[in-house]
Amino acid sequence: MIAPRRLLLIAGFSAALAGLALAQTATVAPPAASTPAAAGTRFITVSSTTSTQDSGLFGHILPLFQARTGIEVRVVSQGTGQALDTGRRGDADVVFVHAKAQEEKFLAEGFALERKPVMYNDFVLIGPKSDPAGVAGTKDIVAALKAIQEKSAPFVSRGDKSGTHSAELALWKIAGIDLDQKKGSWYRDIGQGMGAALNTAGGMGAYVLSDRGTWIAFKNRGDLTIAVEGDRRLFNQYGVMAVNPAKHPHVKVSDGQAFVNWLISPEGQKAIAEYKIDGQQLFFPNATQAGA
Amino acid sequence: MPRQRRPLDHPSRRDSFGSAPEDEGCASKLTQSGVGQVDFAAIFKAAFALVVGLDPGFLAIVGLSLRVTLSAVLIAGLIGLPLGAALALARFPGRSVVIVCLNALMGLPPVVAGLFVFLLLSRSGPLGPLGLLFTPTAMIAAQVILVLPIVIALTRQTVEDLWSEYRDHLRSVGLEGMRAIPTLLFDGRFALATALLAGFGRASAEVGAVLIVGGNIAGYTRTMTTTITLETSKGDLPLALGLGLVLIALTLAINAVAFGASRIGARYAG
Repeated sequence: MIAPRRLLLIAGFSAALAGLALAQTATVAPPAASTPAAAGTRFITVSSTTSTQDSGLFGHILPLFQARTGIEVRVVSQGTGQALDTGRRGDADVVFVHAKAQEEKFLAEGFALERKPVMYNDFVLIGPKSDPAGVAGTKDIVAALKAIQEKSAPFVSRGDKSGTHSAELALWKIAGIDLDQKKGSWYRDIGQGMGAALNTAGGMGAYVLSDRGTWIAFKNRGDLTIAVEGDRRLFNQYGVMAVNPAKHPHVKVSDGQAFVNWLISPEGQKAIAEYKIDGQQLFFPNATQAGA
Repeated sequence: MPRQRRPLDHPSRRDSFGSAPEDEGCASKLTQSGVGQVDFAAIFKAAFALVVGLDPGFLAIVGLSLRVTLSAVLIAGLIGLPLGAALALARFPGRSVVIVCLNALMGLPPVVAGLFVFLLLSRSGPLGPLGLLFTPTAMIAAQVILVLPIVIALTRQTVEDLWSEYRDHLRSVGLEGMRAIPTLLFDGRFALATALLAGFGRASAEVGAVLIVGGNIAGYTRTMTTTITLETSKGDLPLALGLGLVLIALTLAINAVAFGASRIGARYAG
């Protein structure tokens, strides 16, 4: 059965496999070699929120930062809670999120030495054009939430511990509505990102709280429109923190700090202000505002 | 040159690919369709624009997808083929348990494999000092875990069948036990190629594992499936589905090549 010709074939086959494997290790072994991050490239990992990514802000400001400093920024975009956890585990050099209370907890635990305010945008209540709760065009977000609950109009919640989710929970609290008791089938907790929540709300004709940036950039609006906007309580502050090297010695302290410093510098603030979609400014820099 | 540095003017797409599309008009026309009215013309137009435009960001995504998946299949093949064959021939206590477990692992949810690798490679995990989380290497590792059980289980079955058929023959030429493995693997090469293709299919289609361990970083760990997830969440459904069509076409092409190669091989080997 094992004729010499066969043996030759087997040998050839194994040699080819070995060759392939070698070629593969050559291209794969240095993970960064065949990507834009060529050998010696400086990079930092930033964990941030879905809103900064989905709205396209990073696509606008990161190339400017890289041109200035030569530092590539690799963004992992998650909900704020998850993004902070990524920093806690030491898997990011910088966290850039929007939920002040959670950020202050991160600081208090010692995972960062300081928090810098960067910019704000605002939340808007999105709803179906049919407006089953009768809140369209009003400015009082708390009254609107009360109306939604009283009429059991469908409401989609992010439910993912993101900054937007925290803001939503805080607003229910201000409205004096105890979700644990009041939530029924009208309150739909989907545990996903902003875009997914908007898609879901569109699909079921529900209300949903969104940051304005993601809403402006969102393309699958269908029957959705802005129902409530302009309430001061819909203010959405973003902060940035470099991960404390005392907790995670491997973090890139100076490059991470360079990113933080650039974001709050006049140049970084200008870059943020200049990002527009269809002529609308999405984020408003306020690094110099005390207490933001 | 890093792709992110190219002049960009279409906000919605630069995050996905890290570069602007060549054909601006086509991309912006995609924006009009909603969930209710699925615009198939827009979907095909998106897929067509992606392929014809040869956008460097898009090509990099396709390249990374293929690199990660093919590396995972190759590594799983190098480990799984000999291991599967050895399992077919070896007799030891608890062998049936091992076989059942391996067969069950073929159904391992990708997100669980991803989570496992994530916890292993996180800076706070046992392999944290390697700094491999959020790299293509981590994605390959996760996919090897997904592909390996398929390769081992299908190899074991193939080789066991061949062994029972040719046992006497192989013994008569002095090939017994583990020494028969190379011959058996060679004789079963066409069935085994199908096993590798099944592994490829599993790896190229999954999103759960690569999303968790890769982090979907633009221009670095963004693959076709994670881009589809991202575009869906951005509400650009035609672009997401267009990408899906491209992925299906690629899988089809790879299977066609493999089929053609096995045909030619079969004729040659007589």
